[in-house]
Amino acid sequence: MEPHQHNDRCKEVFALLSDYLNLELPPEACQEIEAHIAGCSPCIEFAESLRKTVELCRQYHPTELPAPMGQEAKAQLLEAYGRMLAARTNSQPF
Amino acid sequence: MERDTESELARQLIAGEPEAFDRFVEYFRAKIFHYSWLMCGNREDAEEVAQETLLKVFESAEQLREPEKIRSWVFRIAKNACLMKRRKSIFAPGRELSLDEFMPAKHQDGGRVRIEIADWSSLPDGKAMRSEMRELLERAIRELPEVYRSVILLRDMEELSTQETAQILDVSDDVVKTRLHRARLAIRQRLDEYLRGNGVEVGGKRHGTAPAQ
Repeated sequence: MEPHQHNDRCKEVFALLSDYLNLELPPEACQEIEAHIAGCSPCIEFAESLRKTVELCRQYHPTELPAPMGQEAKAQLLEAYGRMLAARTNSQPF
Repeated sequence: MERDTESELARQLIAGEPEAFDRFVEYFRAKIFHYSWLMCGNREDAEEVAQETLLKVFESAEQLREPEKIRSWVFRIAKNACLMKRRKSIFAPGRELSLDEFMPAKHQDGGRVRIEIADWSSLPDGKAMRSEMRELLERAIRELPEVYRSVILLRDMEELSTQETAQILDVSDDVVKTRLHRARLAIRQRLDEYLRGNGVEVGGKRHGTAPAQ
């Protein structure tokens, strides 16, 4: 088996990996990428590390939470909400 | 909360159903806070952005014709509120990230080309994310230049589509795709350096430099 060359094709795949993982590439382009990485262990390793990065990002939520809402802030929002409901009621014929 | 449930909540809010207000405020306040905390960099601004955004939502709710678009609508308002708070980022200077800086280094190994990469194989997919990884990820996100940070927060954390993100940020779909890829590559690189450099235990397995074979 020929040793793999880290070549321009790898760079093309590298540039398209997120689009590939997001399923945002046309089918032909997906097939080309899959055909390449099937025989390219560096690209497989790299693609897998990027896929795991995306998974981690999707699972991530900050531990930081907002402070409980103060009464004044809540009253301000309730007032705006009340105006919104009133405006909608007034604009709709009974 | 799923997008369908969110849309239903928005419908209930507009219809004035009991409890919809409290549920809506509780749910979206936390979401907006998270986004703006990572964008603005401090709690005070993030809490103000959350309040201003919710206020604006109620003031302009009559413009919300399609409740199924509530998430992107709320985040568009939040993005603008964050811009109003804009200060020089304390985390990251505004700069362009290039693809080249994230290409892994390569070397010859017995006639084969190998890339320098940590052993990611036993890293858990995220469900068991440990606090160490969480902190590292958080730092990596906060260190991204602002334009990349906003894209990865909306696309990967808030799971908005490319088109929705483009509309929120007033850029093209292609710009969103480009920035998302570079943001992910930057974070991947930080995680990779960490896994290689520290050889720490993550998810119960010890990680270190991938052994040459």
